[in-house]
Amino acid sequence: MSIKVRFFASLAERVGRREAECAHVEGLTVADVWREVTGQDAMPDEVLCAVNHAYSEQATPLAENDEVAYFPPVTGG
Amino acid sequence: MRVHISPQPFDPLDELRRYEDALGERRRAIGAAATFVGTMRDFNEGAAVESMVLEHYPEMTQKHLERIVSTAVERWALDDALVVHRVGEVRPGDAIVLVAVWSAHRAHAFESCRFIMEDLKSSAPFWKQERTRDGGARWVANNTPGSSDEFAT
Repeated sequence: MSIKVRFFASLAERVGRREAECAHVEGLTVADVWREVTGQDAMPDEVLCAVNHAYSEQATPLAENDEVAYFPPVTGG
Repeated sequence: MRVHISPQPFDPLDELRRYEDALGERRRAIGAAATFVGTMRDFNEGAAVESMVLEHYPEMTQKHLERIVSTAVERWALDDALVVHRVGEVRPGDAIVLVAVWSAHRAHAFESCRFIMEDLKSSAPFWKQERTRDGGARWVANNTPGSSDEFAT
């Protein structure tokens, strides 16, 4: 059982990948997964995050099989 | 209500006409329609832009746009709403986004159209990468807020 991780746009280029997986442990948050997968310390404030296709906070706890996504400020329209 | 993410170019007037035709008899009870069309410019931040690639997060973008439309329908007296947004490679002059709303009253139509467009610009997961004429590629960093305060004297 694991967490599916996705990166988009300029952030995917910066991190060097579009997808990753992360083992789930009790109490795991969005910010924990960021540290685990990117190897960076803190998640930058400008990075937006979503859990299961809805905006979340850095402190949002994750459940097994959740999908977490990280992306830069949006520029549609 | 319809939210459509289009990988192909679309003609906003065709989209509108098709949607209005489908309203059928209901159209007779609707007093106002407001529409907004956003198109790609051939310049940005001082450089000529040849084309643009619009990336999105398919599963989330569709759901998020539907949520924005539902919020508008709860807040204003809307009879119907249509949102079409382009993804993929876009060229100057191409339509990027169409927002259309139908209501019995113009205030509801104007305000909800503006609301959907501003919410889309500030929170719907789309990202633009511009290809400049000198062969460069650059990500657009931010959308500017759409407040009309900047025009106040």
